[in-house]
Amino acid sequence: MTKSELIEVLASRQSHLAFKDVELAVKSLLEQMSHALAEGERIEIRGFGSFSLHYRAPRQGRNPKTGASVSLPGKHVPHFKPGKELRERVDLGT
Amino acid sequence: MALTKADLAETLFEELGLNKREAKDFVDAFFEEVRNSLADGAQVKLSGFGNFDLREKNQRPGRNPKTGEEIPISARRVVTFRPGQKLKARVELYAGSREQ
Repeated sequence: MTKSELIEVLASRQSHLAFKDVELAVKSLLEQMSHALAEGERIEIRGFGSFSLHYRAPRQGRNPKTGASVSLPGKHVPHFKPGKELRERVDLGT
Repeated sequence: MALTKADLAETLFEELGLNKREAKDFVDAFFEEVRNSLADGAQVKLSGFGNFDLREKNQRPGRNPKTGEEIPISARRVVTFRPGQKLKARVELYAGSREQ
């Protein structure tokens, strides 16, 4: 399912909302979540899961073309931990 | 402090003018539809944010950490999240404390 398919499903189930509002609302939710993570804030959605940042230490990397060694700085990456309901429903689907 | 469904709904109320009931229902419906798709075995791709993929895990040996007893971990299907380029780039810039 893509973002536009999700918008269509939500628009058909939330028929009291204009299609445009559903589009804006989905964009708002994704922007709010991205923004929180960019600020280092966790996201906790009960029954779905939580998002947090994991730290990756600085390391020596290589330029794959030239083989030259480059030092890469430490950085944060987004991490998702599925919640209980999501874990159980996904596993039951098998 | 973590971002919650209540915070997400509050912003839909303030910025989009949905009433409080609609905003709360919308946030619930959003996560429910993502869950439905994954429960049906279909990955979810939210461009700009990331993909929720499904992976099949084979049975593997495990251990009860308390007793040390060996018990197999059964085969299962799990969800993984792969952040998109845009989200990764935004998060990389975060220079705050190392662990949350």
